[in-house]
Amino acid sequence: MSAVPLMSVEDLSVEFRTRHGVVRALERVGFSIARGETVGIVGESGSGKSVTAFTVLGLLPPAGRVTSGRAVFGGLDLLTASAGQLLEYRGRELSMIFQSPRTALNPIRPVGKQIADVLERHANLPRARRRDRVLELLARVQIPDPERRYHAYPFELSGGMCQRVMIALAVACSPALLIADEPTTGLDVTTQAGILDLLGDLSRTAGMATIMITHDLAVVAERCDRIVVMHAGHVVEQAPARTLFARPRHPYTARLLASTPRAGAKLADLTPIPGAVPDLRGETTPCRYRTRCERAAAVCDRPPLPREVVAPGHVVACARPL
Amino acid sequence: MSALLDVRALTKRFPVRGSERRVHAVDDVSFTIERGESVGLVGESGCGKSTLVRLVTRLLDPSDGRIVFAGRDVGVIPPAQFTHAPERRLIQMVFQDPADSLNPRFTAFDTIAEPLRRLGTPAQRAALADHVAELADLVGLPRELLGRFPHQLSGGQQQRVGIARAIALRPRLLVLDEPTSALDVSVQATILHLLAELRDRLGMSYLFVSHDLNLVRLLTDRVLVMYLGKIVESGRSEEVFDRPAHPYTRALMSAVPAPDPAARRARIALVGEPRSPIDPPPTVCRFHGRCPDGVERCTREMPVLRPGPAADHLAACHFGFAVGAPAQGSGARRSGGEPAA
Repeated sequence: MSAVPLMSVEDLSVEFRTRHGVVRALERVGFSIARGETVGIVGESGSGKSVTAFTVLGLLPPAGRVTSGRAVFGGLDLLTASAGQLLEYRGRELSMIFQSPRTALNPIRPVGKQIADVLERHANLPRARRRDRVLELLARVQIPDPERRYHAYPFELSGGMCQRVMIALAVACSPALLIADEPTTGLDVTTQAGILDLLGDLSRTAGMATIMITHDLAVVAERCDRIVVMHAGHVVEQAPARTLFARPRHPYTARLLASTPRAGAKLADLTPIPGAVPDLRGETTPCRYRTRCERAAAVCDRPPLPREVVAPGHVVACARPL
Repeated sequence: MSALLDVRALTKRFPVRGSERRVHAVDDVSFTIERGESVGLVGESGCGKSTLVRLVTRLLDPSDGRIVFAGRDVGVIPPAQFTHAPERRLIQMVFQDPADSLNPRFTAFDTIAEPLRRLGTPAQRAALADHVAELADLVGLPRELLGRFPHQLSGGQQQRVGIARAIALRPRLLVLDEPTSALDVSVQATILHLLAELRDRLGMSYLFVSHDLNLVRLLTDRVLVMYLGKIVESGRSEEVFDRPAHPYTRALMSAVPAPDPAARRARIALVGEPRSPIDPPPTVCRFHGRCPDGVERCTREMPVLRPGPAADHLAACHFGFAVGAPAQGSGARRSGGEPAA
């Protein structure tokens, strides 16, 4: 990791008050991202990937509460920043694309206008030039015939096209960090490849850092520099992509890899992960993977959860790593 | 013995409102599914997969062609009457999103019991609770969860309920429409194992619809690749995946991400948008324009499915199989998608 990361999340804990008690959705989550770097956050549903993103952007729903930690971006702690400061950062420095582009876009406003709105709010651009800039952006995300699409409503565009519009909207002000939450879930494989290519291209040419949130290890394998694996609100392992795939050290990462289909594999090679993400209401064990883990032993019940640096940039939160 | 499902020159055209034009959703498609065989159907959204599935499950009327199921032409039975046809019980479906395809006001028990109540034999109806419990065991759903509503179940459990409902009447053909795309990878593996086990135990045939080629390969014997209403390639799964002959199949395969950073392969990027499915010119290859290999001939002559060197392997491309290769798919008894007579 470089000396001054673009953003560093430290010791982040978040809990939700629910009718059934307090859910400790995140517990001491930490990771950092350097300028221009692409980091993948991977885990099953309920692992806290999206909560992490929403917390960092100050979009946590009212039931959620940050109980500890910092998220430092350009010298500013996003978690204690005022609403006004966040408004200035979001959309300009920090941007996000959401899982279902069709629902994230305004259904009753032409897509070109929606991008122009972002420029009006954040970019110092005379009104007359805004439209040209929008057309430039639409062309940049490889939307054919931008002039015509400018006036299109989201329902007139395919899912892949809507996601391209969403990306144009997110990168309109050349943010330093883009958070993509399951950007290709629900899209065709060919469309998915195109969207991922586009994101990779944007981050390379503009030096934009990207956090890619997904449940599919295959999506991040080829595209990310580093990977953060989450399980039940914990970061269980983080490592450079190649290292993680070549030699996973946390039992959960190894299991996740074994359950991902790869080309040429047989059904017998595909092994499910036993058990389910544990209930996070009330007290939890130090290691939240313990009940699903085949390597669990008495040492796993001893708090606190260890965080061992096994190689440069490779951290494992396990008492008995592989 | 004849094939379980024999689809011949099936065509579905939808009228375009306010004009004489037609959307060619499924165009002259032929294929067979043998008893106990799993056939994969792959292609992008909009290629006609869903229309084909709705024709086969008799939710839509074909414009032309035949659907012969277990020796009887079910294509001529109107959808409204098909509910009373004996074949109705033998063709069942598992849907993509388990949360959306379960009635939120039905408990797991009611959902699984519904087909038995509606279409079951008197004996099945009399011993309903026993049958439902047995089905729950079969799909690995703990019996104590039978009283729960969909929102009280996890995604994997919901899909088990969906599968139990589909196999309740012991169908011969199970149509699986992206059965795992809404699930986590860890759960997906479990469901795939369950589907493979059920197929062997109950002797069902599968029509497995997906755009994830890695999954299709895991669960199918043969595969059909569809593009804009037409089958462009078909054959044994390992043959098609190891030696794809159609440029579209190759592009599709190269787009599947591999869970291995070292396996960075050359991607065949598809440029441009697919052609319009509204009254496409009959002499132009549907893939022309997006095809990396397209030449002038492709605009004059629509390629038809032709056999390659391996048995059963067919591709609809002028340049599909290497030049000089023996153009005989000899004795193709289980042919994948013969050109229509």
